[in-house]
Amino acid sequence: MVVFKRLDGRKSEEMRPITAKVGIIPNADGSAMFSFGKTIAIAAVYGPRLLHPQHMQDPQSAVLRVNYDLLSFSVSDRKKPGPSRRSQEISKVTSWALTPALDLKEFPNTVVDVQIYILQADASTRVAGINAASMALAHAGIPMKNLVCAVAIGKLDKELVVDVDKNEEDFKEGEAATDFPIAKLANSNSYTLLQMDGNIQPNVVSKAIALADKACEKIYEVQKKALKEVVESQ
Amino acid sequence: MNELNKAHEEYEDFSSYPDSGTESATRTVVVPGEIIASGEDLLPGEGTRRDGNDVIASRFGLAEKVGRVVKIISISGAFVPRRNNVVIGRVSDIVHSGWIIDIDYAQNGFLPLMESPRFINKHEMDQFLAIGDMVSAKVWSVSPKSIDLAMKGKGLGKLEGGFTFRVNPSSVPRVIGREGSMINLIKENTGCNVTIGQNGWVWIKGQDLDNEIKARKAIEFIAEKFHVSGLTEKMEEWFAKNK
Repeated sequence: MVVFKRLDGRKSEEMRPITAKVGIIPNADGSAMFSFGKTIAIAAVYGPRLLHPQHMQDPQSAVLRVNYDLLSFSVSDRKKPGPSRRSQEISKVTSWALTPALDLKEFPNTVVDVQIYILQADASTRVAGINAASMALAHAGIPMKNLVCAVAIGKLDKELVVDVDKNEEDFKEGEAATDFPIAKLANSNSYTLLQMDGNIQPNVVSKAIALADKACEKIYEVQKKALKEVVESQ
Repeated sequence: MNELNKAHEEYEDFSSYPDSGTESATRTVVVPGEIIASGEDLLPGEGTRRDGNDVIASRFGLAEKVGRVVKIISISGAFVPRRNNVVIGRVSDIVHSGWIIDIDYAQNGFLPLMESPRFINKHEMDQFLAIGDMVSAKVWSVSPKSIDLAMKGKGLGKLEGGFTFRVNPSSVPRVIGREGSMINLIKENTGCNVTIGQNGWVWIKGQDLDNEIKARKAIEFIAEKFHVSGLTEKMEEWFAKNK
């Protein structure tokens, strides 16, 4: 079998170098940075704090409010700053990806704010954002079932690859590129985000998920290490 | 030792602070979802849950095993009031049966009228505590409906004179130090009265402004460098240098 060569020379199951750091924003209650190669996401968590407007309050649990923003300088063509249709959608799916991991029953009528900023974008930004947000939530001392790990699986023509970058996202040959972001609770079979942009055969989906499982194990170790380091450096 | 020191010792369990038990080797950092220990006879305490044979962390912090109980000591994040915490707050409203106190949490604290040290006419409640006044109080009870405060006790009451400022709530245990060693050091060196609330608010009142500012600088120094070990010795040096 011919080994598939990716545009940047990675093996198909190889992720870009991952870095993670916790406690990067002094004013936040919890914060973290996560990066896949050139994609850098930072996340800040504030709260539990008072939620206004009052009609949004939930008397049974805290509300998770996520804001994802691709900063204007993060891409080569300056992005118009401010919320967009895309950022609203990603904020929403990120919130859905994180909520199952959280246990917010202890804090009724309050809000936990998560701000995710993409400092540098080279595809896979939503999954980098989810990884950063999950560490920031843990750092903020929010009760959680487990950390959330996320990775984007790609299909370039017929080949599955782990951790898509911008060049691969724009791949045009054959069946072209498919982007398949996946998030899951660490060490479990609970998936909290499954999105798909492109074309994929039903029998390939399970292979993509199996690849994501492997990648998430590595991501989890990096997240865990970053969280432990913040205490040991103290 | 002045009254405030005694108040701190009465209300706060110093043994539960991360820095106070450097000898115990059983403390480990855990992340949510991590298995802390396994065994049928273990009891899951604060911040943990049981799953089959394992005790699992529900939050980030230092896991500690005391006898059969496994619990997690929180080391970061926002202030969450617990019973017997000393807090410093600001009067934000006066209602018919007491005062509403802003304690830097999602919910306001409530200080009942009965907590005032002397009889107060219901129509003249602002004679004792007006909106904007600072108080130090103890958390009496925490329920989903309200956080009740108490003000009867040594070192508690209306804060008159001096000034307040805020440090990160997670650095408060270090500012107080083991059995109050750090705060006593600051008090001895500056001659100031210092009260630290678990919510991160600090009140300082001294003989003169120079000493007050010195005490504030010392506290901010500790709050920033709270990761340094042997901090009490470092602070002794710091005071020797900044005489």
